[in-house]
Amino acid sequence: MADAAVRTKDQTPTVEGSPKPANALDARLAALTLPQGGFTAAARRDALARLREMGLPGPRDEYWRYTEPRAFNAPVPQPIPLLDKEADSPLFGDRDRLKLVFVDGRFDAAASDDLALEGIQIDTLADADTRQDHWAADLYGRLETAGQTPVRRPFAALNTAAAADGVLIRVTSSPARPVHVVHRRASEDADVVWHHVIRVEEGAELTFLETGMVGARSNGVIEADLRPGARLHHITAKRAGHQKLGLSHLFVRVAEGALLKSFCLSVNGTLMRHEAVIDIAGDDAVAHIAAAVLGDGNVGAFHHDDTVFITHGAERCESRQVFKKVLKNGAEGVFQGKILVKPGAQKTDGYQISQALLLDERSQFLAKPELEIYADDVKCSHGSTTGAIDEEALFYLRSRGVPYGRAIVFLVLSFLADALEEIEDEDLRAEINDRLEAWLTLHATQ
Amino acid sequence: MLKIDNLHVKLEEEDKQILKGLSLEVPAGQVHAIMGPNGSGKSTLSYVLSGRDGYEVTEGSATLDGESLLDMEPEERAAAGLFLAFQYPVEIPGVGNMTFLRTAVNAQRKARGEAELSSGEFLKIVRAKAAELQISPDMLKRPVNVGFSGGEKKRNEILQMAMLEPRMCIMDETDSGLDVDAMRLVSDGVNALRGPDRSFLVITHYQRLLNHIQPDVVHIMADGRIVKSGGPELALQVEEEGYGDLLAEAR
Ligand SMILES: Nc1ncnc2c1ncn2[C@@H]1O[C@H](COP(=O)(O)OP(=O)(O)O)[C@@H](O)[C@H]1O
Ligand SMILES: [Mg+2]
Repeated sequence: MADAAVRTKDQTPTVEGSPKPANALDARLAALTLPQGGFTAAARRDALARLREMGLPGPRDEYWRYTEPRAFNAPVPQPIPLLDKEADSPLFGDRDRLKLVFVDGRFDAAASDDLALEGIQIDTLADADTRQDHWAADLYGRLETAGQTPVRRPFAALNTAAAADGVLIRVTSSPARPVHVVHRRASEDADVVWHHVIRVEEGAELTFLETGMVGARSNGVIEADLRPGARLHHITAKRAGHQKLGLSHLFVRVAEGALLKSFCLSVNGTLMRHEAVIDIAGDDAVAHIAAAVLGDGNVGAFHHDDTVFITHGAERCESRQVFKKVLKNGAEGVFQGKILVKPGAQKTDGYQISQALLLDERSQFLAKPELEIYADDVKCSHGSTTGAIDEEALFYLRSRGVPYGRAIVFLVLSFLADALEEIEDEDLRAEINDRLEAWLTLHATQ
Repeated sequence: MLKIDNLHVKLEEEDKQILKGLSLEVPAGQVHAIMGPNGSGKSTLSYVLSGRDGYEVTEGSATLDGESLLDMEPEERAAAGLFLAFQYPVEIPGVGNMTFLRTAVNAQRKARGEAELSSGEFLKIVRAKAAELQISPDMLKRPVNVGFSGGEKKRNEILQMAMLEPRMCIMDETDSGLDVDAMRLVSDGVNALRGPDRSFLVITHYQRLLNHIQPDVVHIMADGRIVKSGGPELALQVEEEGYGDLLAEAR
C-alpha cells in the first residue's frame, strides 16, 4: 500500500537567492529569536545541539516522504492577510471553562481568565522561564528528547530550543472546569512557536481544549506526563476558512492505569502535519488518538498529514488510533501510523484504522500503517481504506426526500462518527458534531 | 394515480434489458399487488420508479398524477408523494434514526411549501406512530437500521412511510423475513394508511401478506412484463399452483 502511494516530488527546492541546503538550518535559526531561558536554559541548549546534529528534513528523508517539508524549512513564512473579522471560533464558547488567550503565540493576560483554579497550577512559559526553578524543568524538552528515538523529529527539537511561550499546567485533582487555550492572530507574518507542558498527577483529571488560528505559520509542542491513574482529555479544533501552515507534536508519557484521549478536528488549511508520539510506559494504561479532517482543495491547496507513533512498553495496555479524512477538490491526506510493541509488553491490545472518503477523483489519500511487535501474547490490528460516497445509502436518503446536499452531509458525518466516538464527554462530542454539521451544510453545495 | 406505460429499462452499464414493455395503472385509493418469480424485474421496477441510478429507460413512461416521474430527482419524487419501502433497507452508521426522519419529513414539507414541524411536534407524532409499530424509543435513537433485525428494519420502513404520508406507496417484499406477529404489525400499519387518496403497489412472493392487506388487483409479472392481471383469487392460484401454469398460459 505504501509503495503504491509514492508520489513524485520536486527534488530541487532551491529558489534563486535562497540559501543552499547546507545553510538552510542556519538561515532558519537566524530568522528566529532564541530565548536564553531560565529553568529551560539547559534544555534549550541541548535541543539546539541536537537540531544541529540532525539538520532539517530533506527531500530524501523517509519520514517526510509524503509531505513536502519545504514550507517548514523556509526561514520565514509567507504572510497571510488578516481577515476582516478575526473572531474566536464559537466552539466551547458557551462552556464554563478557564480561558487562556494567546495572541500571535504570546499570552494575553488581559484577555484571559484568572489563572487560579482549584486543583490546578497554571503558569505561562514566558513568565515562568524568568526563574531558575520550576516543576516543569523535569519535563520541558525531556519527553520531546525521548520521542526522537527511533525517528528524528527536527522541528520538535527546534521548538524546544525556540519556544516563546505556552502554558505549564500541573493538575493535582480534578478541576471542575476544562482549560481552554484560544489562539488569535494580530499580525500577518507571525511565525509562532508555542510549547505547552502538562503534568496530570496521580489520579487527577484534566480536559484540555485548543482552538483558534495560530500565526502565519505555527510550530507547536505539547509534552504531557500522565502519572499513575491520571486522565487527560485533549481536544484540538483547527479553525476553518483560513489558509494555514501548521506543524505540531504531541508527546505523551502514560503511566500505569492512566488514560489519554486525544481528538483533533481539522478543517481546511494549506499544509498541516500533526505528529503524536505516545509512550505507554505503565501497565493497564489506555491511549486513544483520533482525528476528523475535512479538506477542500478549492479553499487552498490542502495537504494534511497525521503521523503517529505509539510505543507499548508495559503489559495489558490498550491503544486506539482512529483517523478519518474527507477530501475533495484535489485535497491530499496522509496517515503514517505505527504501533511498536516492546519485548515483555504482553496482552497489548493495539488497534489502528485510517480511512479516507474521497468526494472526487482528484483527491488522494496516502497511508502507511506499520506494526512492529516483539512480544508474543498481543492483539494488534490495523486497516486502511479509501472510498467514495456509498451510492446505496445516498439513494436511500434521497428516496426519503432528503435533498442531495443534505444527504451528503449525513453520509460524511456517518463516515466521521467513529472518530468522534473517541471523545468521551457526550456534550463535547455533540458540540463538535454540531459544528461539523454546520460547516458541512454551509459547504455542501461547493 | 400511478400510470406506467410500455416501460422498457436496461442496465446502464450492461447491455441487459430488464423491463420489456411493462404497463400498469394504479388508480387512487387502490391496492395493487405484483407477484412474480425471482429475477422477473420487480425490484428493478421499484428502483426505476423511485429514481435510483444505474438504469436506463429506453422506452415508455411512468407518471404520478400525470407528472412524469422519470425526469425527477429521487428527492423530488419523494416530495411528489412517492415512497419505496426497500426490500433491503440500508444501514447508515452515525446518523440517528430520529434525525434522519425529521430531516426527511421537514425536507418534504419544505419542498411542498408547508411549514416545517418543530422538534416538539415531530417528537410527539413519531413517538405515537413508533409505539403502534412496537418500535422502541431505543430503536428511534439508534443509527438508521444499524443493529436492527430483519423484522425491525421492515417495521422501520413502515414507520418512515407513516411519517412521510406518501400518496403512492411501493412496498418491495416487505413481508420477507417477517414472522407472523411482525407481519400483523406491518399490515396493520399499512391498513391504517389506506384511504381514498392513497395507493399501494405491494410486491410480494407470498399470498400470505395479501390475506392481511387485501388487494384490489393482483398482477403477475414475468420476464419484465405484466403477463396477467386479476382479482385476489389470482394470488390464491399462485399460492396453490405456483407460477408454472400461469406463465405457460401467458406465452
Ligand atoms: N444492477 C444490476 N446488475 C446486474 N444485474 C441486475 C441488476 N439489477 C437487476 N439485475 C438483474 O435483473 C433481473 C431482475 O432483477 P430484480 O429486479 O432484482 O428481480 P426481482 O426483484 O423480481 O427478483 C435479474 O436477472 C437481476 O439479476
Ligand atoms: Mg426483488
